Amino acid sequence: MLGYYIDLAIRSLKRSPGLTLLMILTVGFGVAASMVTYSVFRAVSGDPIPWKSAQLYVPQIEMWGPKGHGGPGDNGDPPDAMDYTDAIALMRDHRARYQSAMYMITPSVVPAEAGKHPINVEGHAVFNEFFPMTDAPFKYGSGWSASDDDQRAAVAVISEKLNQKLFGGANSVGKVVDIDGKDYRVVGVLNKWEPQPRFYDVSNTGGFTTNADDVFIPFMRAIDVDMSNDGNTNCAETPAQSGFKGLQLSSCIWISYMVQLDSAAQAKAYKDYLDGYAREQQRSGRFSWPPNNRLRDLHAWLDAEHVVPSDTEVSLLVAIGLLLVCLVNTAGLLLAKFLRRSNEIGVRRAIGAPRSAIYAQFLVEAGIVGLSGGVLGLLLTGVGIHGVSWVLPKDIANLAHLDVQLLLLTLIVAVVSTMLAGIYPTYRASRVQPAWQLKSN
Amino acid sequence: MQIRPILATLRYHKAGTLLIALQIALTLAIVCNALFIIHQRLGQLSRPSGVDESDLLLVHNQWAGKPDADEVASMMASDLATLRNLPGVANVYATNTYPLSGEGTVFGIGHSPDKKTYTDSTAIYFVDDNALATLGLRLIAGRNFRPDEIGASSKHSKIEPDEIIITQALAHHLFPDASAVGKAVYLSRKPSIIIGVVGRMRTPWVDSSMAKWDEYSTLLPYRRLEGYTEYVIRTQPGQLDDVARRVKATLYAANRMRVISPKNGVRTFADVGAQAYNSDRGMAILMGAISLIMLTITGAGIVGLTSFWVGQRRKQIGVRRALGATQRDILSYFLTENLLIGVAGVIVGGVLAIGLNLWLMNQFEMEKLAMGYVVAGVAILLVLGQGAVLAPALRASKVPPVEATRSV
Repeated sequence: MLGYYIDLAIRSLKRSPGLTLLMILTVGFGVAASMVTYSVFRAVSGDPIPWKSAQLYVPQIEMWGPKGHGGPGDNGDPPDAMDYTDAIALMRDHRARYQSAMYMITPSVVPAEAGKHPINVEGHAVFNEFFPMTDAPFKYGSGWSASDDDQRAAVAVISEKLNQKLFGGANSVGKVVDIDGKDYRVVGVLNKWEPQPRFYDVSNTGGFTTNADDVFIPFMRAIDVDMSNDGNTNCAETPAQSGFKGLQLSSCIWISYMVQLDSAAQAKAYKDYLDGYAREQQRSGRFSWPPNNRLRDLHAWLDAEHVVPSDTEVSLLVAIGLLLVCLVNTAGLLLAKFLRRSNEIGVRRAIGAPRSAIYAQFLVEAGIVGLSGGVLGLLLTGVGIHGVSWVLPKDIANLAHLDVQLLLLTLIVAVVSTMLAGIYPTYRASRVQPAWQLKSN
Repeated sequence: MQIRPILATLRYHKAGTLLIALQIALTLAIVCNALFIIHQRLGQLSRPSGVDESDLLLVHNQWAGKPDADEVASMMASDLATLRNLPGVANVYATNTYPLSGEGTVFGIGHSPDKKTYTDSTAIYFVDDNALATLGLRLIAGRNFRPDEIGASSKHSKIEPDEIIITQALAHHLFPDASAVGKAVYLSRKPSIIIGVVGRMRTPWVDSSMAKWDEYSTLLPYRRLEGYTEYVIRTQPGQLDDVARRVKATLYAANRMRVISPKNGVRTFADVGAQAYNSDRGMAILMGAISLIMLTITGAGIVGLTSFWVGQRRKQIGVRRALGATQRDILSYFLTENLLIGVAGVIVGGVLAIGLNLWLMNQFEMEKLAMGYVVAGVAILLVLGQGAVLAPALRASKVPPVEATRSV
C-alpha cells in the first residue's frame, strides 16, 4: 500500500510543480538555517570532557571582600581566579582526589641544533595531578610525580607539535629541552590535545582559542626560576612590591584552580572545607568578612564564565524561529494542496477507502516533501557551514563541522517537522464529505 | 469596499486565514528583533575609534630569546630610530596596545587610593610624547607629555605615574563640574596629576560588556619593556601600502632577535577595525540573511495560498463579473482581503515582537526594542502582503464573466 501512496504522492506533486517546489524550498531553507546555527551552537556548547565533567570542580574564594563588589554586572560572585596565598594553601591542604593550581607561561624554547632560532611557546605551570585530572592523552611517557613537584624538579611535558619541531617526532622521553635557558628533562609527550573550550583555564583563554599549550612544567619549579605569569592578572590594589615576587605576595589574582571530586558527598565536604578555610582566614584577621565561596562543577563554571557567546544562542533562537515560520508556511500550502483535491478524496472515500487510508496517503505525501526538503537542506547546510567561517570569528567558526550525526538530524528534523505541518491539512482532507464532492460534479 | 462580504468569505477559510495571519505575526516578531540587532551591530561598526584611522600602521613585534628590560629598552630605542628614518614614515611610537586591538590592561581609577572599594575602570595605554601626534588625537585641555617625563615599566613593576592624560569622557565622568586638568586621581597608591585631556579615544575592546566605559582611556608616560612591543606608525599620506610592504624587512635587517608574525604581524588600522568588529558584522549578516529568507518565504506562502483561493473561486468570481462587478472590484476584493488578514497578523505580531524582545533582554542583555522597528516591520509586512497578493489578484480580475456558466 505504501508503494501505491508514494506513487500517488509523486503524481500529485508533479501536477503542481510550482507549489511543490515552493514547499521543498521552504523546508530546505528553514532546516538549513537552523542546522547551520545549531552546528555552531553545538560546537561551542559542547562538553570538552564529557566522561568526567561532572567530577571536575572550580573553587572560588572571596578574598577581595564585599567592598570589591558593586560594579555593573556584578552578581556577588567571588573573583574567578586565585591569588598565590590561597592557591598554595589549598594545594598544601590537598583535600580533593586530584587538584592543581595552574598559571599561564610563555617561555622560549631553544632547539638543540645550532643555528636554529629560539621559539616562543605557550604553556602552563601545573602540579602533577593535573594530568590524571584532565585525562591528558600521552603519546610517550607520562606526567611527573608528586616528589618531582616537591623537589621542584626540572621536568617537562611537551606537546606532540613541539616534539615534532624539536625531536622530529621521535620518542623524546629522557631527552633534554632548553626552556628559558635552563635544561628540563622531558618526561612525557602528549598526543594532539586541544580541548575546546580550554576547560582547565577559562579565565585566561576565554574558553575558545586557536593557540595550543606546548609545554607543561611543575608549578613550584616555575615559581622558583621566576618564570612569570603571562595570563591575565587582576589586582584590586597595587602590589606593595614590584616584580614577580611582589605579585606572589599581593592579593592580585592570576592562578586558575581545578579539583576532581568523585561524589556529591565529596563535593559537599570540599565546599565545607573551603568555608572552613575562609573562616580561619577571618579569625586570623586576613579576611574581615564572612565566607563567600563557590564550588561549581565544570558545566556551571563554563556557564558562569559565559563561555558560550550569547550571539550564538541568539542566532540559534532566531533560526529556530525561521524554521517555525517555514512550518506554518508549509502547513498553509499543504492545506491548499490537499483541499484542492477534495474531488479525488471524495471519490476514494465513496468507493470504500477508510479515513485512515486518506491519512496515510497524505502523510506520505507530506513526508516526501519533507524528505526532498531535507535533502536540499542538507546541501544548503553544507554550503552554510563553509559560509560561517566567512561570517563568524575564526576561533568559533572553525569548530563547526558536518558529521553523520548532523546529517541524520537534518533529515529527521525536515521529515518530522513537515509531517507535523501536514497533520492538520491531512485531518481536514480526511473530513471531506464524499457525498458533497460527488454531488457538485 | 465592503468589508462584510470579505469577512463572511474568510469564515469559510478559517484555517488558511489563520495560518497566513500566524505566519505574518511570527515573521514580524522575528524580523523586528533581527532588524534591531542588525542596526545595533552596524551602529557599533560605525562608532569612531577617536584616532585618525587613515595612514596608520601597526606592527606587533615579539622579542625572541627573553631579553631583559635593559636589552628591550635599547632595542626598542634603536627600532624607533630605524622606523623614524624609514622613507614615508611621519611619526611612530611604541606601546602596549591601541584602540580596537582587543588586548590590553585595565586599571581602577578613582578619587582615593583605596582600590578595594569599587572603582571605575579605565583602559591603560603606555605611550611617549609622540603618541598624540601619531594617533591624531586632539588635545582639548592641558598639555602633552614631555620627553623627560617618559619612564620605563617592566613586567610586574610598579606603575605609579606622576602625570597622566585622560579622555574627555573619563574627565567628564570623574569631574562633572570642573576642568580635570591639574586634578589628582588615583590609579595606584600614589596620586597622579591629570596634565592633559584628549577628545575621543576608544578602549581596546568592543565587547558589549565593556560598552559602558568604552571611552574611558588613560595614557601613561611609560615605555613598556616586556616580551612584545606594538609599534604604531603614521605614514605620509598615500604611503601606507609602501611602508607596510617594507617595514618588516627593515626591522629584521636592523635586528634579527624578533618575531613578526607573517600572518598578522603588520596590519593597517582598517585591518584592525575589520577584525575587531568581525563578530558584529557576522551577526548582522546572519540576521540579515535570516530575515530575507523569512520574508521571501512568507511572501511566497501568501502567493501560493491566494493562488489556491483564486482557483477555488473562479466560478464565484465569474458570477460577480456577470452581475456587473468590474475587474477593479475583483482586484480590490483580494487586496482588501489580504490587508485584513495582514492587519490581524501584524497586531498579534507586534505584541509578539515586544514580548520576544523583553525575553531576549532578560536572557541576553539585549537593549529595549525601539518602537520604530515595530512600525517599520509592520510597514514591510503589509507592503509585502499586498505585493505578494498582486499577481494572483490580477489573475482573478482577468477571470471572464462567462466562467459563471461553466460547471466546474
